[in-house]
Amino acid sequence: MLAALLVMVGIAVVIGLVLGWSAIRLKVEGNPLAEKIDAILPQTQCGQCGFPGCRPYAEAIAKGEADINQCPPGGEEGMKKLADLLGVDPKPLDESHGAPKPKSVAFIDEQTCIGCTLCIQACPVDAIVGAAKQMHTIVAAECTGCELCVPPCPVDCISMVPIAEDLPHWKWKHPVIMMKRVA
Amino acid sequence: MSRTLFTFKGGVHPPEHKTESNTQPIHSAPLPRHLVIPLSQHIGNPAKPVVNVGDLVRKGQMIAAADGYISAAVHASSSGTVTAIDMQAVPHISGLHDLCITLETDGRDEWIERTPLDYLAMAPTELRMQLRDMGLAGLGGAVFPSAVKLDPGAAHFCPTLIINGGECEPWITCDDLLMRHHADDILQGVAVMRHLLGSTEILIGIEDNKSEAIAAMQAAATRMDFAVEIVPVPAHYPGGGAKQMIQVLTGKEVPSGKLSTDIGIQVFNVGTAHALARAVHHGEPLISRLVTVTGHVQRPQNFEVLIGTPMRTLITLAGERDGTTGVLMGGPMMGVPMPSLDVPVVKATNCVLVKSAELFPPLPRAMPCIRCTRCADACPAELQPQELFRFAKAGDFGRAQEYHLFDCIECGCCSYVCPSHIPLVDYYRYAKSEIWAREKEKRASDLARERHEFRQFRIEREKKEKAEKLAAKAHAARAHAAQEQTPRTEPGAGEGAASSEADARKALIAAAIARAQAKKAEVAPKNTDNVSPATQREIEEIEARRAKIRELARKPLESEEKP
Amino acid sequence: MPAPFILDRSSVTQVMAWVLVALLPGVATYVWLFGPGILVTLSLATATALAAEAAMLKTRGYPAKPFLADLSAIVTAWLLALSLPSLAPWWLIVTGTLFAIVVAKHLYGGLGQNIFNPAMVGYAVLIVSFPVQMTQWAGPLELTATPLSLTQSASVIFGGDFPKATLDAVTMATPLDALRTGLLQQLTVDEVMTRSIFGHYGGVGFEWLAAAFLLGGLLLWALRIISWQVPLAFLAGIWLAAGFLHFFDAGRFGAPWFHLFAPSVMLGAFFIATDPVTGATTPRGKLIFGFGAGLLTIIIRTWGGFPDGVAFAILLMNLSVPLIDAWTQPRIYGGAKHPDKDPSA
Repeated sequence: MLAALLVMVGIAVVIGLVLGWSAIRLKVEGNPLAEKIDAILPQTQCGQCGFPGCRPYAEAIAKGEADINQCPPGGEEGMKKLADLLGVDPKPLDESHGAPKPKSVAFIDEQTCIGCTLCIQACPVDAIVGAAKQMHTIVAAECTGCELCVPPCPVDCISMVPIAEDLPHWKWKHPVIMMKRVA
Repeated sequence: MSRTLFTFKGGVHPPEHKTESNTQPIHSAPLPRHLVIPLSQHIGNPAKPVVNVGDLVRKGQMIAAADGYISAAVHASSSGTVTAIDMQAVPHISGLHDLCITLETDGRDEWIERTPLDYLAMAPTELRMQLRDMGLAGLGGAVFPSAVKLDPGAAHFCPTLIINGGECEPWITCDDLLMRHHADDILQGVAVMRHLLGSTEILIGIEDNKSEAIAAMQAAATRMDFAVEIVPVPAHYPGGGAKQMIQVLTGKEVPSGKLSTDIGIQVFNVGTAHALARAVHHGEPLISRLVTVTGHVQRPQNFEVLIGTPMRTLITLAGERDGTTGVLMGGPMMGVPMPSLDVPVVKATNCVLVKSAELFPPLPRAMPCIRCTRCADACPAELQPQELFRFAKAGDFGRAQEYHLFDCIECGCCSYVCPSHIPLVDYYRYAKSEIWAREKEKRASDLARERHEFRQFRIEREKKEKAEKLAAKAHAARAHAAQEQTPRTEPGAGEGAASSEADARKALIAAAIARAQAKKAEVAPKNTDNVSPATQREIEEIEARRAKIRELARKPLESEEKP
Repeated sequence: MPAPFILDRSSVTQVMAWVLVALLPGVATYVWLFGPGILVTLSLATATALAAEAAMLKTRGYPAKPFLADLSAIVTAWLLALSLPSLAPWWLIVTGTLFAIVVAKHLYGGLGQNIFNPAMVGYAVLIVSFPVQMTQWAGPLELTATPLSLTQSASVIFGGDFPKATLDAVTMATPLDALRTGLLQQLTVDEVMTRSIFGHYGGVGFEWLAAAFLLGGLLLWALRIISWQVPLAFLAGIWLAAGFLHFFDAGRFGAPWFHLFAPSVMLGAFFIATDPVTGATTPRGKLIFGFGAGLLTIIIRTWGGFPDGVAFAILLMNLSVPLIDAWTQPRIYGGAKHPDKDPSA
């Protein structure tokens, strides 16, 4: 009886030492989780998740304060990646935060624009150029399609234009093989 | 000629079908009424138009200039009027349109003034820029700008120059005919390449099913004042692939992810050498090429075709037949189906192959993979195609990359031998293009993140500056001239006997912001540290271009001078 | 549909058809040396397999015609039938075939998706569940006084009214079985080998059957339908393992030739271990796969609870295929390392 007890205690001590040693030796610095989550988020900075940008949302997820299904631009795929990273079950996107849309860029109707600079202030990635009383224009290559510039415009001259498929953006499609009968 | 040849692993022996078209002489295709000249005929940045609608241009006049280093100019193939600069159908599998310049020819076919280049007297850089401006690009199929490939880079010379006359792809005979009839011109071009690359060993590999071409080239080689070795190589698909040709001739392998120049070898197609000779010795930019028109036509043959000529014209010329089931640009192993016959001939068009149900029966239905590894036996890149297929199909692109997806040269051998008739190459193209798209998306989101972070930093800074100004104003009002420094260097700016509480609070806020900003500046990425957004953008553009160059430089050499 | 637009003339059907053709010498030798009973077993297994395949395809929503025409179900049926005792009762054959097609093949996803060789799964299920019925082997005609005709065999198989004494007169323990029971009775190998069933190498009749399977296997290799690695490594594994044991104690362990010339070994080496779906795919992987299967066969034969170990050995190696493949990824053109083998990655 005593021998068994001693053996068990001995094992516990040894394992405890190993664990303690590894906790010190293999320590990971910083909080890489928020970084990893942020890397998955689409960086649209649209705020549809309820946070002021992707980074705050990532931090909220890391702290367990936000769910993984609040990012419509990331879509189903982004949500699955987050679920994968965090080891939780995937869940359908939360409709209250909006639905995924085809990737678009904002377009300013330059005839209507009055140069109020409100959209410039709203743009999270500084993708609108222009100055007060000067016509504004969107740098399409840097626009994330967040739509944050649309509501502030007093003359409704900003519209979202879906990105059309052109040769540089063309992709090979997944080959379709009809193996099964489709009813 | 007792060179020891090596073999490459894998490969297949599809029926050759060369005699249909290689027994006829070369004819010039007539001048069409309209020429549609795409601006993106080469790999790299599309050329930028330098003419306007309504301009009169002459044959050989530059109508679009090279944009950047990896690019090539585009020229008017004949004289006439520019009638449109717009989106037109181009020879691409997607059927999407691309920017083209349309010329209405005037029938006079008037040349610009042509001045031969004294290449021996020119500085190499200057010569390469000239060649870029003459629109030279690889004519083997990948159309990589030749000027870039003629730059030996840091090594300053490239000991081995291989001229690829393999033409392993079935049906195509344009290189064969070119070698038979223009052997001297080809070697003149080789002389220029040799000059630019400083090569000491020049090998011309020709598949042994082209005995006339071999004879013609050998005769021409004796007339040259430098040593050229014409090496007949066994006809074995894809023996005309650049990597396979290198392996057969030298026994060396291009290391994975590297360029052939890294092992001192550069490869050009015979057509490119010919075009180079025309450019240097005759001052003619690349405005025409040899095109094999074969398959289901009445008179299969090779034509000398102006770039921009509609494919329909060529098929009519060769005799259209009933029962056509489609047209390929290129051969049956790697060719691309054309969305319509109105697409123009471009620099990459080596063959217009007309299909019929008899010559190209519809492919049988695909069955599941039984892992028989015939594809692995046939793969010249020595990959495991069955595993790549599994990963690509499942969307497991990471694993596909681990199994060397990007070493695949898309030669089609695996699909050709597959007993289950699985379109394997389609899966690899799909996987590659998904990976590229994802990387692009990743870059875009990284850019957005950086810009967003910079914006926040800027807003913070502006706030701070405002606060500073207010604090300074308060000080001025109190007329204490002793301290005129910023809160940043002296955080305790509000200390001196605060008479106004509001001022003090403002100053405190300013100090806090300054501290936060200083801390932020420490952790902020270097290039957002003290560089203006414009400069930063520029840096990113340069980085992107570099990445693109790497990516592009890698891909073409794999399939460049393909069949 | 993009390139290539031409195909070599090969198909799954063609591959499977050649496998069936290569089995014919074995079937013919079987009939010649052991009587026509095997034909009944083959037909019954084929019919069951086709019916099960058709039913499963229909249930799973796949078109029946192309998948029945690929002949893979028939190959499974033949391989199972040739592994079963030739006078096994009909329900044994049907159960084994159904298990092979329904569970081992279709429940795993059908053609190309199964992890285990279906025929061997069918065999393993039968020998574990019905060990007694799995011993009804017709003895070689050379040693049988009154050989059974086709109708008599059918009658035995379908459980017709058949005197037990007659049945006992025509069935016989296989050489492997005889050796095993002999050794359990504390006899030495040499003492057991004096019995009439043992021929020159592997047993009267059995050695010729093995030779016929070898011939068919060589045909498959000549046609490049199978690669040389798996059979050679398999036979080498058997020979080395058996030879090693025999060298140390010839009294307790059978000679390597005896082990090699069992029909199950030749069938296993050339027709079953070479099944591409369940085998290793890399060249080195095929060597490891074959050698491992050979080694395990001898281990199971020597120390296991069943007379033959080919089926279990192959099933065990089937299980290790993903690992073998991942570890033996070959060098590619240009020499990039596979990350699984690159410690720096």
